[in-house]
Amino acid sequence: MRKSRIKLALELIAIAIALFFLGNSVSDFRVYEGATVALYVIAICSIILLTGYSGQISLGHGALMAVGAYAAVLARYYWHTSGLLSLIIAVLAAALFGLFLGWAAARLRGPYLAGTTLALAVGLPSLANQFHFLGGEQGLNFDIGAPPKFLGSNFSTTKWYFWICSLAALIIFWLVYNLLHSRFGRQWQAMRSAPVSAAISGINIARSKVLAFTISSGVAGLAGALLVMTLNLVTPSAFPLSLSFAIVTGAVLAGITRLGGAVVGALIIVAIPDIADQIAIKAGGVERVSANLPGFITSLLLILTILFAPNGANIGKFMSLRKKKTS
Amino acid sequence: MTLQVTNLSINHDAIEAVQDLTFSINEGELAAVIGANGAGKTTLLRALSGLKNPKSGSATWRDNSMIGKRPEDLVRMGILHVSDGKTVIPELTVKENLALGGLWRKDKTDVAKATTEVLELFPKLGQRLAQRADTLSGGERQMLAIGRCLVARPELLMLDEPSLGLAPIIIEQIFTALNDLRKRTGLTVLLVEQNAMSALEIADKGIIINLGKLVAQGAARDLINDPTLQAAYLGY
Amino acid sequence: MRLLSTFLIGVSSGSIYSLMALALVLVWRSTRVVNFAQAGQAIASTYLGYLVITHTNNYWLALPVAMVAGAVIGALADIALIRPLNRRIKSGPVLEIAPVIATLGLLGLIRSLVGMIWGGDLKQYRAPVSINGFTFGHTTIPFSRFNLLIVFTAIVVMVIFAFVFQRTGLGLALRAAAFQPEIARLAGVRVDLVRTIGWAIAGATGAIAGVLVTPSTSLSPNSLDLLLVLGFVSAVIGGLESLIGAVIGGLILGIGLALILEYVSTSLAFPAAFVVLILILIVKPAGLFGMKRGRDA
Ligand SMILES: Nc1ncnc2c1ncn2[C@@H]1O[C@H](COP(=O)(O)OP(=O)(O)O)[C@@H](O)[C@H]1O
Ligand SMILES: [Mg+2]
Repeated sequence: MRKSRIKLALELIAIAIALFFLGNSVSDFRVYEGATVALYVIAICSIILLTGYSGQISLGHGALMAVGAYAAVLARYYWHTSGLLSLIIAVLAAALFGLFLGWAAARLRGPYLAGTTLALAVGLPSLANQFHFLGGEQGLNFDIGAPPKFLGSNFSTTKWYFWICSLAALIIFWLVYNLLHSRFGRQWQAMRSAPVSAAISGINIARSKVLAFTISSGVAGLAGALLVMTLNLVTPSAFPLSLSFAIVTGAVLAGITRLGGAVVGALIIVAIPDIADQIAIKAGGVERVSANLPGFITSLLLILTILFAPNGANIGKFMSLRKKKTS
Repeated sequence: MTLQVTNLSINHDAIEAVQDLTFSINEGELAAVIGANGAGKTTLLRALSGLKNPKSGSATWRDNSMIGKRPEDLVRMGILHVSDGKTVIPELTVKENLALGGLWRKDKTDVAKATTEVLELFPKLGQRLAQRADTLSGGERQMLAIGRCLVARPELLMLDEPSLGLAPIIIEQIFTALNDLRKRTGLTVLLVEQNAMSALEIADKGIIINLGKLVAQGAARDLINDPTLQAAYLGY
Repeated sequence: MRLLSTFLIGVSSGSIYSLMALALVLVWRSTRVVNFAQAGQAIASTYLGYLVITHTNNYWLALPVAMVAGAVIGALADIALIRPLNRRIKSGPVLEIAPVIATLGLLGLIRSLVGMIWGGDLKQYRAPVSINGFTFGHTTIPFSRFNLLIVFTAIVVMVIFAFVFQRTGLGLALRAAAFQPEIARLAGVRVDLVRTIGWAIAGATGAIAGVLVTPSTSLSPNSLDLLLVLGFVSAVIGGLESLIGAVIGGLILGIGLALILEYVSTSLAFPAAFVVLILILIVKPAGLFGMKRGRDA
């Protein structure tokens, strides 16, 4: 069921216009959350491409996001690159890192890859503490520049970030969609579902896997750069283990093979802290409970999904079922 | 009837590997299940030993249902199965493989006694007790697998193509040992074979299946001499 | 003297990595799951041990309490999570990643529960014996009485492991269920039960690692994450299938990291561990003690 490229492009443009009006009509905090959703969509797309299609698992995409983020910040900090160029550098740096990692990863399966990438997620961000030029625990400021003048003087930076993130998400979505429906996407699927016959039919499995890892890393790097853009700051603590877990959770909730689910996954991930806050307030607002409730809900959701709906929360199917019932 | 299989059907997803199979075996008999490759013999044994859930039908051993029980429970009912392919645990020693068969039993003196009997029956195993099972020859592995079952004092022993890949002289040895054992202990044996002649020669009863369905069952001697069966299923 | 002392420190931290690696290998062998929740199970057990210490001021009571807690949590994890998972997921795109995801979820769940109960602040865990290094004449080495105790405890645990696995019926059942579960079943071994026991033993072992490592660091809901990673690296060095390999892998990693920390740079410990992991996986994927089984089983 492949949509034509033009049709998808038109749909995405329609979404962009809708987002434009939405961005103008809600509070600044919601706009900020919107930017976060958009960058999570990007990160989740990178996992869906990697895990859902090429069959490789990564628990360390938070670390790849960190690579992208630090690359963008360092480029801007030391070379004063423009905002756009910084983001491009983020993609390239993370992709390059992913290329090396993917080269090792292509030989690994399942638990080995999971363990290796987990090691990366645990250890890599903390490296920044130990090298002075990376800014240590305090981090480095990251200011991508004020919104262009023509947008008006009361156009907030938050809204500017929201625009950038949303635009990036739409572009990435379109690119990844096309990639997954290209020769490469079909190769990845063949490789994941029937590795032996894929190899017999002439697919170079190792190269194909490395390619997926490289692209996925580049996409994750962009998400990382956008993340620190919205924070105005890059620090090791922006990339905790829970970030890697959150995007994997988002991808699993999305249905690991359904790109469209990325939006659902991202919305849930961003909504959880809000919902948790509401619950925590009702429950008396003990600090240590409210601080841990989002993690608790996320983990519980992850476990329940993998047990009861391993192919994703499948909200689309749920809604279409409901439609049939009511009609 | 000691073993009674009634209208048993077993599927592998869409493949109906065994269809509506009915047969029975008496106490102490050696019954041979004969059929070509893919006839459903392995599937049948796996269902009888609890490794596979059948789609419908029943199977009873001395009037106790065998269906819906786990292999380890059936073992405790005296039903032992040597599966096809890997029959022993290669990473363990011969001694450990044998000990495994008696692990669940409370009567440790009888386990020791049964182990001694196994080593008398298959003296080759006795010389290799400390070796890992993957150093054994094919015939020795088959002996070890049967020996492991004997340590559990089986009442029904099911063997899946024990002769596969073995030299005729080894097959002869194993079958002779099996026959001796049967006479001595009253063991009931369900023997699956492609090699129809050698199986029917030692069997009391033959059960011929083809493409999952029963073709014929009866006294082994009668089946050997039935000209239509000979031509179609027994391969000579 | 400096070399010897560094070596001893390496043996001490390496024996803790070995314990974590043993826990991971045990579960991997019995259920084909690399249990990332091991860090969570161990942290919950360690906190329970902390509870005992704060009330009784007795480390020697905390250790068994943590072990029992670890065993119970491990058994529950298998019964409530892994068994249903194996029953429900038999094919499809998530088959391979499902156990990883599930144990990840469990890790997050336990950690957040621990955080809710005890909060996120760092807790101090008093060592039962001195953590000041031994003094010979005028020189004091970093290796302390407590380090000695760690090594001793780890050795005791490993001897018990060796005895149970090689000399008892339970050990035989554990090995049989790990190598060939179907044949083990056909021999009458209650494989599900045996697996759960494997998870319980692994849980207790991880708890020991947690209680041993914590006095030298401090306790927080994620203070054992690094230990999980180092345990994983150790297990991979040993080939992931082998209990002895896990012990040796832990010691190699412990000594190697101690040497790097002492002679090269404190900032290189993690990159070094990571590079070792990648190198092993690329050059010697079956571990340094090459087992016959493939990596992808
Ligand atoms: N695990 C399985 N999955 C799918 N089909 C199977 C499986 N095992 C056996 N079959 C099919 O069931 C039929 C019977 O196989 P089997 O019982 O192995 O026959 P036999 O042992 O007589 O050679 C065959 O068509 C075979 O392809
Ligand atoms: Mg067969």
